[in-house]
Amino acid sequence: MGEGDLGLWAVLVAMIGGAIRVSTPFIFVSLGECLTERSGRINLGLEGTLVFGAMSGYAVAYETNSAWIGVLAAALAGTVFGLFHGWVCKLPRVNDIAIGIALMLLGMGLAFFFGKPYIQPVAPDLPAIPLGFWSSSPQVEAALRVNVLFVVGIALAFLIAWLFRSTRIGLVIRVVGDSSDAARAMGISVDRVRLLATAAGGALAGIGGAYLSLYYPGSWNEGISSGQGLMAVALVIFARWNPVNCIWAALLFGAAGALGPALQSIGISKGYYLSYAAPYVLTLILLIATSSTTRAVRGAPGELSITK
Amino acid sequence: MSKGTAIGVETLHMTKRFGDFTALDDVSIKITPGSFHALLGENGAGKSTLVKCMMGFYQPTSGQMLINDREAEIRNPRDAHASGLGMVYQHFTLVPSLTAAENLVIARENAPAVIDWRKEREGLQAFLKTMPFSVALDQPVNRLAAGEKQKLELLKQLYLGRHFLILDEPTSVLTPSEADELLGMVRDLTQAGALTCLMITHKFREVTAFADVVSVLRRGAHVGGGKVSELSHDDMAAMMIGDKTLTRSADRSGEKGEAVLTLDGISASDRSGLKTIEVESLRVSAGEVVGIAGVSGNGQMELMEVLTGQRPVSRGRVNVKSEAFHGTRRQARDLKVRFLPEEPLQNASAGRMSVAENLAFRTFDLKKNGGLNGKSTRTWLDRAGMSRLAVELVDAFKVKTASIESPIASLSGGNVQRAVLARELSDEVDLLIIANPCFGLDFSAVAEIRARIMAARNAGAAVLLISEDLDEILELSDRVLVMSEGRIAYETPIATLDVGELGRHMAGHA
Ligand SMILES: Nc1ncnc2c1ncn2[C@@H]1O[C@H](COP(=O)(O)OP(=O)(O)OP(=O)(O)O)[C@@H](O)[C@H]1O
Ligand SMILES: [Mg+2]
Repeated sequence: MGEGDLGLWAVLVAMIGGAIRVSTPFIFVSLGECLTERSGRINLGLEGTLVFGAMSGYAVAYETNSAWIGVLAAALAGTVFGLFHGWVCKLPRVNDIAIGIALMLLGMGLAFFFGKPYIQPVAPDLPAIPLGFWSSSPQVEAALRVNVLFVVGIALAFLIAWLFRSTRIGLVIRVVGDSSDAARAMGISVDRVRLLATAAGGALAGIGGAYLSLYYPGSWNEGISSGQGLMAVALVIFARWNPVNCIWAALLFGAAGALGPALQSIGISKGYYLSYAAPYVLTLILLIATSSTTRAVRGAPGELSITK
Repeated sequence: MSKGTAIGVETLHMTKRFGDFTALDDVSIKITPGSFHALLGENGAGKSTLVKCMMGFYQPTSGQMLINDREAEIRNPRDAHASGLGMVYQHFTLVPSLTAAENLVIARENAPAVIDWRKEREGLQAFLKTMPFSVALDQPVNRLAAGEKQKLELLKQLYLGRHFLILDEPTSVLTPSEADELLGMVRDLTQAGALTCLMITHKFREVTAFADVVSVLRRGAHVGGGKVSELSHDDMAAMMIGDKTLTRSADRSGEKGEAVLTLDGISASDRSGLKTIEVESLRVSAGEVVGIAGVSGNGQMELMEVLTGQRPVSRGRVNVKSEAFHGTRRQARDLKVRFLPEEPLQNASAGRMSVAENLAFRTFDLKKNGGLNGKSTRTWLDRAGMSRLAVELVDAFKVKTASIESPIASLSGGNVQRAVLARELSDEVDLLIIANPCFGLDFSAVAEIRARIMAARNAGAAVLLISEDLDEILELSDRVLVMSEGRIAYETPIATLDVGELGRHMAGHA
């Protein structure tokens, strides 16, 4: 095996491991966004929710010395943000996109404000499952240390897919998202369903944030998010509003995000930082490639303000 | 479907105002249990408003409602459903991305929290077996043609076991035989005492063939009615329109001129992207009406989109007066091409903009003395001019609206149609492309609009008429084409047309 082969192999392993690590917050945020959008509303505030979730999760984990209580706190904070978004959007003449942007800025601002004292302290980490125990290679072992939340996220995606297909709640969310007229004709309270869907979406985004600060990268600072909350919107479109597809899309974005660190790890030091742009470039390429001028976006909820 | 007893409903002095516009004026109507009651009235007479008040969609400004002779307070549609009232609306209320099965199950009041699809499907199949027609359960509703959707709407109400059914123009999207089948089934149910039906319609034929009792609204007021067996079509028409006179279609006149619209070897994909629309050759000449008949969903909509430049073609050319036509605003203006697509509220107007603004879409950016064909455009809108034009057109085409500043979406279905027609027909026209122009219009409006189309033809316009209404095609066309499975399957001049032959080609087995 030549030098080059070893390098390639190492990059690949690092990328798989990286994809799993980086994709986890994407899975949660995109599932949250998916849930919200299927109810006919778009929440651009998830970026703020994510950052605030990262801060509150870290802070609570530090204070209680339990990572799991931190995750819970982050979910709770996310729920509050979601409820606020849902409640404001209920008011007449309010645009969900504008409110989302305002909430994004609010969430980040609050997180930076309350998070100042927690930049230094060290909070407990979330546990990981060593799926690479069979290998003698430390690289493989490191790559396959999979966080519990990754597994939970995947299970959640299937759960939500099942929810949409085979439960009343799921069908009601789809009805509301596709035709509010039909929903009203059935006597469903459109605003309430959207409120709850947005709250649940916020909770998931909060958990995604907690993962960032409590596992990977695993500390709280103001640059903790690299726009996962915003990219989730593109990711959900790419996944065609299908929760299971969200997993694949998140892994793809995760792999793209892991490209930079992976190249760096094998000692490529020149220009590697360009590859940090990979997720953003990927977002653009995918959105352009999957768009069509003649066909409506397949699977888009009919009530969504961006596709309406 | 649960058998049960039909419900009687009565409105007492019901009035509904929108702002200072009175849409319903002291209406008292009694619908006895087990009757098939028809509600007639011109476009904008207030028929939909009345039934929406009954269903709790609107709160009446004053007046009451009795259900089985007891006073009932209906605050929202849910209350209405709980009392056994159900409605099929003029616009579809199915959820487009859900399958038929999902639509049926979720509409049920007692839909289970976790849905066992195997069991539900068996239940649905068993239910469908008792019905005179069925639909594909696993297709998403947005893939169904209009006629299929209406059947499903009806099936849904019956599936939900409603005992008082309001039908708002239920047959406008159905073929005559489908309509007969549907209404026959409803009538059997009413005669068995299981159902009471209140049907809004514009078709006298259906009233005489199926209804027992009829009530007529004019400008929001209840102006008459009675047993159907004691009323002639002329009596009903007289009650509807009061002392107006009907417009009569002008006779055909003028010579056929040169070809204005030519299509050569067109090929385009359809909405699903799976099938193709192929039109080898189509010519429409000045001074003739070419009618395209066909069952909905056979590529007519896509053909219309190709003509308006909204759907790219993979092959072939659309020429207007031997110039390649791309449907741009400038070209449409220069070549005097006008369009009236079907469902004009979605396809030819901006719902939340005012009637005046919608009427000005063709002209708002033109300088006055430049005229419609002038090349000079303006920067600042001439609001006063737009209002003047709107008042003029609203008047000339008898558009009923609270004001020209109301959003066009608040107009009744028929009046949206008139408003768009007013805009498209208001100036010189060389090529007129129309789809289902009389969908949902009352008979006097139909007569008037057909007369306008005929007048445009006689004035030398080339007219392409795409319609699902065979009577309309037969009345207006000089030449009839049949579209089936995305292709022109048949062509005949009107003089030698054989309706049986035409029907076989429309049904796709000839
Ligand atoms: N929400 C609303 N706001 C303002 N005006 C309204 C509203 N709904 C209906 N109208 C007006 O009330 C009148 C009656 O409308 P309605 O829809 O009941 O007519 P219709 O008899 O059903 O006519 P069509 O045969 O065309 O369906 C129309 O002039 C319409 O413009
Ligand atoms: Mg109506």
